[in-house]
Amino acid sequence: MKTDTVLLQIKNLKAYFSSTLVLKDISLDVSTNKVVALIGPSGCGKSTFIRCLNRMHEETPEAHVQGEVILNKQNIYAPSADPVLIRRKVGMVFQKPNPFPGMSIFDNVALGLRLLGIRKRSVLEEKVHSSLVQAALWNEVKNILKRPGTSLSGGQQQRLCIARTLATTPSVILMDEPTSALDPVSTMRIEELIRHLVQTVTVVIVTHNMQQASRISDNTAFLLNGELVEYEKTSRLFTNPSDPRTEQYITGRFG
Amino acid sequence: MPLPKLFNSYPKIKEIHISDRLFFHILQILALLVLAAFAALVLLIFLESIPALKKFGVSFFFNPEWDSWKEDFGALAMVWGTFISSILALLIAVPISIGVALFLNELAPVWLAKPLNFCLEMLAAIPSIVYGLWGLFVLAPIIRSPIQEFLGKYFSFLPFFKGPQYGIGMMSAAVVLAIMIIPTISSICKEVFRSIPSSHKEAVLGIGATKWEMLKTAVLTGGRAGIIGACIMGLGRALGETMAVTMVIGNKPSLSLSLFEPAQTMASILANQYAEADSALHLSSLTAVALALFIISLIVNSSSFILVWNTQKKFSRG
Ligand SMILES: Nc1ncnc2c1ncn2[C@@H]1O[C@H](COP(=O)(O)OP(=O)(O)OP(=O)(O)O)[C@@H](O)[C@H]1O
Ligand SMILES: [Mg+2]
Repeated sequence: MKTDTVLLQIKNLKAYFSSTLVLKDISLDVSTNKVVALIGPSGCGKSTFIRCLNRMHEETPEAHVQGEVILNKQNIYAPSADPVLIRRKVGMVFQKPNPFPGMSIFDNVALGLRLLGIRKRSVLEEKVHSSLVQAALWNEVKNILKRPGTSLSGGQQQRLCIARTLATTPSVILMDEPTSALDPVSTMRIEELIRHLVQTVTVVIVTHNMQQASRISDNTAFLLNGELVEYEKTSRLFTNPSDPRTEQYITGRFG
Repeated sequence: MPLPKLFNSYPKIKEIHISDRLFFHILQILALLVLAAFAALVLLIFLESIPALKKFGVSFFFNPEWDSWKEDFGALAMVWGTFISSILALLIAVPISIGVALFLNELAPVWLAKPLNFCLEMLAAIPSIVYGLWGLFVLAPIIRSPIQEFLGKYFSFLPFFKGPQYGIGMMSAAVVLAIMIIPTISSICKEVFRSIPSSHKEAVLGIGATKWEMLKTAVLTGGRAGIIGACIMGLGRALGETMAVTMVIGNKPSLSLSLFEPAQTMASILANQYAEADSALHLSSLTAVALALFIISLIVNSSSFILVWNTQKKFSRG
């Protein structure tokens, strides 16, 4: 085993909706090729937190961020940082599968590449193919690439969304409850996929499902009311939490 | 968990208090009156136009002559004038309106968007005679010189820019119409853009699209049907616009390709001649023009409603 290298370093992160502070000074490190799960009761700021990691938070009107998020030694909130470039490095998968409406399966995956200026058909085809293979969707869609992305099942759509994120070879993928709209079988497939993906990328995933967190994540962060209560190895956090509030939450006694 | 029995316990209409029932029936009658008025209107226009349609037949709509001396009436020049002026107006108004809607919805900061939205609504509330006066006294002189002067000098080899430069004519009418339909089109586009879920926009931003690329893919492509609906709605307004057009179009039935020439629309000939028409056939011919205008407007407006409505439904389903 190689030793962990820190890929993403979050320092004193504060997030606001207009003047309301919803993330209160969060610091944590994410290591390369690991899955980090974020758990916590509804409204504690999990979505806000991961939306700060690809500068999506600021797309909400009147929302802003303080603090630093350092990706590969560069602060993504530095004045010179370009959110567009950051979002190519930090992909995002949403709670509800959201393929681009009116676009074929192929175009859904190819759009990110086209935005990069790639026009050559053979390069696009090659990249779309490898992304779909990586997202474990290729076999199901290889004959229907021209169909609209929205014609797939929910689970397939979510894997399509993962594939389209993978196409631009991000180093981090953020997932906000990616399986909460899916059936158990589709959920299983996505979980397997995530475990497989961490060989090449780093995943930060929000989940309400404690079993899911313990099945797929290496480290788990427990958030409560915008504060980071505990950040630990997953096996440890679920068996031997150091904070009583964590224990209360994972044993289902509040939240 | 048992749901609260809110809806089952609602009283049926019959059980409602007597005064409420009375109120309900009064409103019902009023609503039916609207329908009856509509039917009466259609019937009247239809009956009145029968003599002209009987005399001229279908060729009424293909005859470019409109001569009250010889009593030879045809609607082609008016149909032509109506469509050309409206389509030119759309060509000017659509890009501007989409830009305005995008800016107000997606780019402008709140402190700027609010007053601009207000101005846009005010623009829609100005009576059309005011637009007409403005067109006549401000716009037409500007169009005559320098615009027509310049075009006539350097581009008169094109059929569009031939002829005398009056200022008044097709070009003025199209510009006035464009200004009048910009508020309509942009406010509907705004509604369409607003109905596009933010998850669609974020999906595009999330793969590293710039703001403009996001607007192009998520907003313009996603809202395409709604935008087309908005344009057709604008077309509907332009086709029927009467007062302002009558004041600046020159009121001379013509099939000319030139933008400098005076022309005539279906609405403007009605405004112009209805009061003075003395022969029965002249009146009936004018009514037949009204009938044609009515049918065209009905088709145009209902198709735009369907398009806009479908877009909003599509997105509200998610
Ligand atoms: N657009 C917004 N404007 C204002 N406040 C918001 C907005 N979105 C979220 N909030 C507030 O920010 C806090 C954190 O919200 P967030 O969506 O991050 O919670 P969450 O942990 O993801 O919850 P859930 O598990 O329900 O998804 C909540 O208190 C919420 O009320
Ligand atoms: Mg959330």
